[in-house]
Amino acid sequence: MNDQAYNFAYLDEQTKRMIRRAILKGLAIPGYQVPFASREMPMPYGWGTGGVQVSAAVLTPEDRFKVIDQGADDTTNAVSIRSFFQRTAGVDATTDTAEASVIQTRHRIPEEALREDQILVYQVPIPEPLRFLEPRESETRKMHSLEEYGLMHVKLYEDIAKHGHIATSYAYPVKVEGRYVMDPSPIPKFDNPKLGNNAAVQLFGAGREQRIYALPPYTDVISLDFEDHPFEASKADHACDLCGSTHSYLDEVITDDKGGRMFVCSDTDYCEKRQAEGHTGRRSDATQLQEVGQ
Amino acid sequence: MTPLLSVKDIRKTYGSHIGCTDVSFDLYPGEVMGIVGESGSGKSTLLSCLAGHLEPDQGAVNFDTRDRGLIDTVQMSEPERRMLSRTDWAFVHQHARDGLRMGVSAGGNVGERLMAVGDRHYGDIRSKAVDWLERVEISETRVDDRPSTFSGGMQQRLQIARNLVTGPRLVFMDEPTGGLDVSVQARLLDLLRGLVRDMGLSAIIVTHDLAVVRLLADRLMVMKSGRVVETGLTDQVLDDPQHEYSQLLVSSVLQV
Repeated sequence: MNDQAYNFAYLDEQTKRMIRRAILKGLAIPGYQVPFASREMPMPYGWGTGGVQVSAAVLTPEDRFKVIDQGADDTTNAVSIRSFFQRTAGVDATTDTAEASVIQTRHRIPEEALREDQILVYQVPIPEPLRFLEPRESETRKMHSLEEYGLMHVKLYEDIAKHGHIATSYAYPVKVEGRYVMDPSPIPKFDNPKLGNNAAVQLFGAGREQRIYALPPYTDVISLDFEDHPFEASKADHACDLCGSTHSYLDEVITDDKGGRMFVCSDTDYCEKRQAEGHTGRRSDATQLQEVGQ
Repeated sequence: MTPLLSVKDIRKTYGSHIGCTDVSFDLYPGEVMGIVGESGSGKSTLLSCLAGHLEPDQGAVNFDTRDRGLIDTVQMSEPERRMLSRTDWAFVHQHARDGLRMGVSAGGNVGERLMAVGDRHYGDIRSKAVDWLERVEISETRVDDRPSTFSGGMQQRLQIARNLVTGPRLVFMDEPTGGLDVSVQARLLDLLRGLVRDMGLSAIIVTHDLAVVRLLADRLMVMKSGRVVETGLTDQVLDDPQHEYSQLLVSSVLQV
């Protein structure tokens, strides 16, 4: 039962209506940053105030809600947001990607392919991809409206000049439907190919910056690159030490102070499901697993 | 012969104060025009109006575009004008910091205009950047250094390279040698003169330094209190000034 002191999902109905209008506009213009009147939420900026407001606006009592933080269901941010909505909206929570109808995420896209009846809500710290190249907001808005995106490539040029390859590994800029350049929030560039042609609705909320943007299902999303330095979705060159997966995004976990380390799936739900199916990794049977990472 | 730039009756006021008024002239391809005058005479205001940074209150700035011939850039839509300003036009600021991205390497600064017009091949962009750095006498080894590590003269030369890389036809220069010491000025002027001649550029140079226009400009416009008081060939105006203000200006130059 939800806490009677709150309206359903914490925000009042007028606020949710305002946010839904912004979401609809965002869906109508994929990749365009729609300003909205972001509210104070009972959590600090940087903890997902934007994502929480978007989730609050799209949740219905029948939804099953999942929150992931860097792929994991059991970190502080994920646990606190999940319990926030369990308390204020009384919705069922789950950690199973396939079961969830609304998934709020911080910096990952689940490994499991999403379906048309699912909504993925991203927490976005800085929605403006051009921010660090052009600090004037008036100028970046003009650049978006006039489609002047040469500057975005200057960043990639600098990467290659400095490192010999495009070293940007997260928040990798994308072009949506051949029009708007968008910051996909700090997801690893490994996840970039999953942004495009995705069956689920993808919503991005930036609370402090007061912006909402969106990708409707099956949107064309291209990662920017150079002809002679094409985009590459990179990951650690290992297999998961727990489930043996070679095609999921991995976290590196330091296991001791003697240089010991292991690689595990960053998507905990995906990893657990694979282990339950009997897949094993290099260290599946190690006894110290209970103490590390997992 | 059609003029490259045809300016008709430009007027810009700041409230009741006149920025510049009644300015008309034609600039032909390959021609370099100098605008001289004291501080506050309206020469920078005029240049900003011509380059589209300021909107004049009245008048027309017709530019001979590649595809559609003479078009009034004041009436042009903003995307078109911005497109012009990164392809056919170039603007060299007095302070290199205004025209450069200080947080981006020299190569990236030169490459920005190329990428802005759609270049997407890293190798090509880089070799063009290196080529241009060499043309403005900056060593290839500095291509990945940030402009903040460059001297004032180098920054100014980098700004020029960055502007000329897309092969513009018209360059606006606002005191390009201001704030540089005389020996660096001389080198820069020499370089500019070479580039203007080699590329057949047209240029409008705003300066208060008569030596600069003597060296670079074919034609001269003397401004005072927002109005043009004298025009003519550079040597003619400097050697035989007619207007009393031009006479004052020429006689004020210190002889060493």
